[in-house]
Parts: sequence; C-alpha cells; structure tokens
Amino acid sequence: MQDAILAMLAKEPSHGYDLGLRLRRALGPLGGSMNAGQVYVTLARLEKAGLVVHERSEESPARPDRKVYALTEAGHERVTAWLGEVNRPKPDLVEFHLKLAAASASRLADPVELVDTQRRELLRRLAEAQRAVLAEPEGSTGGLLLEGIALRLQADLRWLEACERVWSRAGQESGDA
Amino acid sequence: MNVLQVRDLVKRHGRKESLVRAVDGVDLDVPAGQMLAVMGPSGCGKSTLLHLMGGLERPTGGQVWLAGERIDTVGERALARLRRRSVGFVFQSFHLVEELTAAENVELPVLLAGGSPRAARRRAQYLLDQVGLDHRARHLPWKLSGGERQRVAVARALANEPLVVLADEPTGNLDTAATNEVLRLFAELRAMGQTLVLVTHDGRVAATADRLISMRDGAFVEDTWLAGHTGHTGRFDGLFAMGD
Repeated sequence: MQDAILAMLAKEPSHGYDLGLRLRRALGPLGGSMNAGQVYVTLARLEKAGLVVHERSEESPARPDRKVYALTEAGHERVTAWLGEVNRPKPDLVEFHLKLAAASASRLADPVELVDTQRRELLRRLAEAQRAVLAEPEGSTGGLLLEGIALRLQADLRWLEACERVWSRAGQESGDA
Repeated sequence: MNVLQVRDLVKRHGRKESLVRAVDGVDLDVPAGQMLAVMGPSGCGKSTLLHLMGGLERPTGGQVWLAGERIDTVGERALARLRRRSVGFVFQSFHLVEELTAAENVELPVLLAGGSPRAARRRAQYLLDQVGLDHRARHLPWKLSGGERQRVAVARALANEPLVVLADEPTGNLDTAATNEVLRLFAELRAMGQTLVLVTHDGRVAATADRLISMRDGAFVEDTWLAGHTGHTGRFDGLFAMGD
C-alpha cells in the first residue's frame, strides 16, 4: 500500500481523495474492500518517514481535504527501488498488480519488463521444484508437497502471461495515441 | 556439434491483409544432447517452428540444417526419408494407430525404414521396456491411460534412433500425474544424451529443460539457461508463492 501510493505520487502531486480513487480503480472489483481512511493513515506515515510532503491547496477551499501531497527526493528513490525489485521470496498478488499499474501510470518502468523479470524468477523456482518432484519415486507421498509448490508456481506463471498480454496491449494503445 | 541449425527462418501464411508471420526470422543452434524448450502463448509460432525443423512443413525463407545437411531444399522423397530416420515426433494427441498394439505401433517406423520384422520386434521390446510398458506391449491404445499412450508414442519416436526428438505440447492432454510420467521419461532420455526439442505453454514442462527460449509473434524474445540438473537448494521459496 505504501509503495503503491508513493508510485502514484510519482506521476503528479495529488489529494488523498484522488489517490484513494486511483487505488480503487487500479484494484478493480477488489477496490471496494479498501477502507477509505487507509489512504490518509498511510500518507501520514509516509510524511513522518520523510517520503512525502504536503501543501495546502488554495484552488478548492470548499473541499474538506485540501492537502496536496508530493514526493520528496527520498520518496522518489524509494519508488524507483520498489519498481525495480523482484518480488521474492513472498510476492503478493495485489502488490504486484498495483506495481504494474503504478509503473504504467508513472512511466517510471515498463510493466511488460516487470512481468518478464518476475517470470524469470518464477521459472527459476519452478525448475527447482519440478526437478525435485521428478527426483521423488513415482507415487510416493514425499513428492506431494513439492508437486503442490510446482502447480502453484505454474498457476502464477499463467497469470503473468495474462498480465503480459493485457499490459503490452495497453502500452501499444497509449503509444498509438 | 549442432544437431539442428536454423538460419533466418521465415514462414508466412496467407496474403496481404491476412498475412501471418508465423515464424519471423529465427536463428537457432541446438547442440547434440541438449534439451531445449520453446515456450510461448498459443499462436506465437512455436509449433510451426517445430514443424519446419522436422521437415513437416517447408519454410517461406531461410535455412534448416539437420546434422550438417540442409533439409529445406531437398526433394520430397529425400525429406520423407530424413524424417523417418533422423527425427522422432511426439504430438499432443499421441497419434498412435488405434488398430495396432502398443508394440506394433513402435515396430512400424522400423519396418517403414526398411528394418526386418525381427529387428523391429526386438527394438519395440527394448523400447517398451525402457519406457516401463513391457507389460502393456499387446494392448491396443484405447486400453492404455493417457500417460501410457504418450510413453508408447515416445518409444515410437525413438524407434530409429533419431538424431533429435521433437515434441509438440507433449503433456497438453495429460493430467498432473501423467505429465510427471512423461517428464520423468524425458529426463531419462536427456541423461542418455538424446537431443530433445519441445514446444509447450506449460511452465512445468519448460522448467525441466536445459535451455528455455521464449517466443512471441514468430520471434525469439528471450533465450535462457536454466540451472543444471545437479539437484536443488532444498529451500523452495516457491512454497511461499503469490497469494499467501
């Protein structure tokens, strides 16, 4: 959540309210489960950590939330690091999804390249797991857990295929426009 | 030595607006003993590439060399002979002759290549034993499980000691257990030094290869070496995969 908000601010300074909207949009149907207050709590934490600063906006005095948040130098560095790191050893589906959305919006990284990097990492792990499966005698219970690991990694890889398909199309469309 | 060499290979289907570049300028060297997987989404051209390398289709442009012999320009009869003797094919849907027993299916390529019935019988016996199906030799294909049928198909592919085995989605019709049966068999072949090229969209199949090429829109986008078959680290960070 913290990283995703930082990455959204990398595109342009925003109100907390707008950030919430953009997060919900990026999450799609899952966005409904997001607590509206979460964004403000996260922003306060980020500010304390020196990653964002706020200014009072004068253009819309009627709005309850007039703070416009922007990235600091340190915040910018953290976004770049986050986009570049491979998710391991415990990649999170939602986090990775938001990373792709943020990379695309901020244009700080190419989502398709992030997918490629992640795929290489998953394939490496899958190779390890699948070879261990094959090293177990056929029909033994010992290999079952390994097989479960291999099948889950396989499912992750299939999801990455879908990510690649959709984000490369999105990239082409925005490139044409 | 390279068993297979491909240079600037192109295969187009259709014309003008409906032109499809199934294979779009591919270069590839497959050294003897290598197990290579070509991976990509359906429609990326990987099956066409396999067909071109095995002489099942003719390229629009470029060259295919099999053990130092150029095969894209030879005549039909010479090509058919090359296919029979030097290439073993394994297909997703097995392609066994349903009227013949497992053993007879394996004997067939030996007979077609001019081997004696006796030599064919011996070879089939040996190969079915190798793939762990000697007890199924007299069964017709429909009596075999999917994994067993594909193992018979692998035995058949090996009948004439081919220079290379080309497998097109060999586990595409198999469940998890049968997939493992076939992958075990490939691992054994690889250990014996058999050159293998398989195209697949299944990450588990691709992950057992020495080398993995990713293909998109008729071209290679990545060529990676997977870790050697020397065992694993035992950590399995995959245990904590996405979604935990």
